[in-house]
Amino acid sequence: MPDGTAAPKKAKRERVPRVKMAEQAPEKRIHNFEEVPFGYTEEQAIVEANRCLICKRPKCVDGCPVNIDIPKFIAQIRDGDFLGAARTVRATNSLPAVCGRVCPQAEQCEVLCVEGIKHEPVAIGNLERFIADWELAQGQIALPEIPPPTGYRIAVVGSGPAGLTVAGDLAKIGHDVTVFEALHRPSGVLAYGIPEFRLPRPVVKSEIEYIQRLGVKFVYDVVIGVTVTVDELFEQGFHAVFIGTGAGLPRMMNVPGENLVGVYSANEFLTRVNLMGASRDGYDTPVRLAKHTVVVGGGNTAMDAARVSLRVSGNPVTLAYRRSMEEIPARREEIHHAIEEGIKFELLVAPLEVLGDERGQVKAIQCIRMGLGEPDDSGRRRPEPIAGSEFVMECDTVIVAIGNSPNPIIPRNTPGLEVSKWGTVVADEATGATSRPGVYAGGDIVSGAATVILAMGAGRKAATAIHEYLQTLPKP
Amino acid sequence: MHRIHSHRVLAEKIHEFWIEAPLVARKYRAGQFVIVRTHEFGERIPLTVVEADANSGRIRLIVQEAGKSTILMCRLQAGEHFLDVVGPLGRATHIENWGNLVAVCGGVGTASLLPIVRAAAAAGNSVYAVIGSRSKDLMILEDEFRAACKEVRVSTDDGTYGIKGFVTDVLRQWIEQGQKFQQAIIVGPVIMMKVAAALTKELAIPALASLNPIMVDGTGMCGGCRVTVHGKTYFACVDGPEFDAHGVDFQELILRNQAYRNLEERALHGLLDKGCQLTAQLEGAKHA
Repeated sequence: MPDGTAAPKKAKRERVPRVKMAEQAPEKRIHNFEEVPFGYTEEQAIVEANRCLICKRPKCVDGCPVNIDIPKFIAQIRDGDFLGAARTVRATNSLPAVCGRVCPQAEQCEVLCVEGIKHEPVAIGNLERFIADWELAQGQIALPEIPPPTGYRIAVVGSGPAGLTVAGDLAKIGHDVTVFEALHRPSGVLAYGIPEFRLPRPVVKSEIEYIQRLGVKFVYDVVIGVTVTVDELFEQGFHAVFIGTGAGLPRMMNVPGENLVGVYSANEFLTRVNLMGASRDGYDTPVRLAKHTVVVGGGNTAMDAARVSLRVSGNPVTLAYRRSMEEIPARREEIHHAIEEGIKFELLVAPLEVLGDERGQVKAIQCIRMGLGEPDDSGRRRPEPIAGSEFVMECDTVIVAIGNSPNPIIPRNTPGLEVSKWGTVVADEATGATSRPGVYAGGDIVSGAATVILAMGAGRKAATAIHEYLQTLPKP
Repeated sequence: MHRIHSHRVLAEKIHEFWIEAPLVARKYRAGQFVIVRTHEFGERIPLTVVEADANSGRIRLIVQEAGKSTILMCRLQAGEHFLDVVGPLGRATHIENWGNLVAVCGGVGTASLLPIVRAAAAAGNSVYAVIGSRSKDLMILEDEFRAACKEVRVSTDDGTYGIKGFVTDVLRQWIEQGQKFQQAIIVGPVIMMKVAAALTKELAIPALASLNPIMVDGTGMCGGCRVTVHGKTYFACVDGPEFDAHGVDFQELILRNQAYRNLEERALHGLLDKGCQLTAQLEGAKHA
C-alpha cells in the first residue's frame, strides 16, 4: 500500500487496483434499511485519489452534467486538502453527498476516465461521496460568501433535484428564492423514491439545511397550478418561475388484472415506505406484507422496489424484465447488490395478465418469454414474444416499475405554456426557457423520466439563464 | 399548521370541522377535496371539502370515524391543529344547466354532495335530493339540503325516518309518480353508488358519481387511486373524482377499498391495547 503522501508527479507510478468500499453483508442488510456501502476511510480515499492521472485535458469533466472540476478535487484529496476538495465539488454541485451515491458514474464521468481505457477507471463517484460525507461530518458546511441581496424574487416549483439545484445556485448569487413543494416534506424523489439504504435521510436533511442556510425559503403543502397558479406567482411579485415538478405520474402495464388488490405502482409502494414510514413502528400508513413479490421493470426504481419489498416482507422477490442483462438500465452497483441480496431475476420476460382470486387479490402473474430482434428506435434490440412460451408465476404482490409520465397539474393549469404531445413542458435545452417569458423548466418535467444528476444539470443551466434574464428586468 | 376553528358532532361518529386553510378556501370549487395529515406519524387522508369561506379563510370538513386515523382526527378539539392541509385537489364538478337534477346520497357522502347541490341550484337547475341513512339519528345536513333543493325525500334502513328502504327505492318511486330528471349525481358508500348507478342507467338518466378510492399523495404521483371507467384506467385524484356513473367498475372499487382492512383492524386493536387515553372512549363507542 502506498503511504498516503502525495505521489511525485514525474515518478513512474505503481499500478494500484481500484479501492472498493466496504459493504454491509447481504445476509445482514436484508433485515435493515441501513446504507449498503460504508464509504472510504481517509486513507482509502487518498490511495484512490493517487490513481488519478490528473489529466491536463480531462475527459471525465465532459461527462459530468454539472461539470465538477474532477481532477482538481481529486488532487486536493490526494494532497489531504479535504476542505478545498469539498469546496471544489460544491462550487458546481449543490448535492454532492446525494450525487456521490446515486449518479450513474459508470456511464458519465468514469466511462471517460483515461485510466479506465486499459485498467479500471478512477472511482470518481466514491471519492465525491467521501468528500461530501467528510464535509458533513465536520458539522456545519461552510457557506460561500453571498453577495448583497439583489431584490429579485424567484419561485421554484418542486423541491426535487432540479428545483434544489436552481434554488441553491440562485441563492448563492444573492437572489431571494422560495421553493414550493406539494408534499409535506422536501426533496421530491430523494424523499419518496430513493430508499434509505441507498440514500440515508440524514444525508438529504443536511443538504436541505445547507440550501436553507443559503437563504432559500421552503413552503410545503402548496400545489402550484392548483393552490396558487403560475400567473398568481408573478402577481405576488416573483420575477421568474422555475418548474421542476418531475415525472410523477406512474405508467402502468395496460394488461388485464392491473387494478387487482396487490398491484402497486413503484411510486405508491416506495412512497408508502420511504415517505410515509409504513414499515416503521408507530407510523399509521399501511403497506402489504407480501409473501412473494414480482417487480416488473429493470431500472433503478425497479431495483429499489424489489429491495425494499425484500426488507419489508422478508419474503422472496422476483424481478421480471423484458430485455436481457445487456440492456438493463439500472446502475450496475444496484443490480449487483440486488443479486447479492437474493432477488431473483427473470430476464427476457414480459407480463401478459395479473390473475386474481375471488376476493380481487393478486394470486399470480402470467408472463411470456421474449427473444431479441432487430434494434429499435432506442438502438437496443427489440424484445419480441416467443409464441407458446407463456408461464405463470404465483405471487400476491406485483409492483410496476416501468417508468413515469410528466405530472399533468402545471401543464393543465398554466395558459400559454407550450407542452409536447407526451405531456412534457417544452423548454430550450441550453437555458430551460419555456414558451412563457420568465418561466423556466428543467428535470423530468421536460426530459421525461431520467436521473437525479441530469435534472440537476438542467437546473444549473436554468439558474444561469434565469440570472441573465433577471439582468434584463428593471432593478427591483 | 391549520387551526381548528370549531368542531361539533353531527351524528354518532360523524364530525364537522371548520379549519383555517386560507389558500384552499380562496381557490376551492364544488367537487374538490383536500388531503390532511393530523400528526407526524399519520396517514395522508383525502376529505371532500363541504364548504369554504374565502373571507375567513376557513374550510368545512365532515369526517366519519372509520379507522385509526379518522378516530384520532375526531378527537382533536377547537383550538388544536391539523398538521397539513393541501388542496384544493381534483377537478371541480362540471356544472351545466341540466334542468332537473337529482342528488342521490347516503351516509357521510351526503356531505360531499351538499356543495354540488348548492352550485347546481345557483346555476339555475331545479335540484331534488334523496338522502339515505341507516337510521334517523345518523341523518345529516337535511336542513341545508332542504334550503338548496326544491324537494328532499329521505329513506332509512330501519324505517325510523322517511321511507323504510334504500335511496334507490325512493328514486324509483319518485319517477314512477311522474317526476322527470335530466341528470343525477351520486355520492355515498360504494355499494350504494353501485346500485344507484345501475338504476339510473336502467332509467336512462345520465349520472355522475364522486369516487372515494384510497390515495396517498393526491397529486397523480402514486396511482393508488386507480379506477376503471368504461374499461379504461383513470387516476381519481387528477382525472376525477367524478366520473360517468354508468361506466364505473364499482365492484373493483369495493375490493380495492378493502386492501388494508386486516392491517387497519390490527392498527385499531393496537390503539386499544396501548391503553392510551383513547381506550376508554373507544371502548365506550364500541359498546354503545
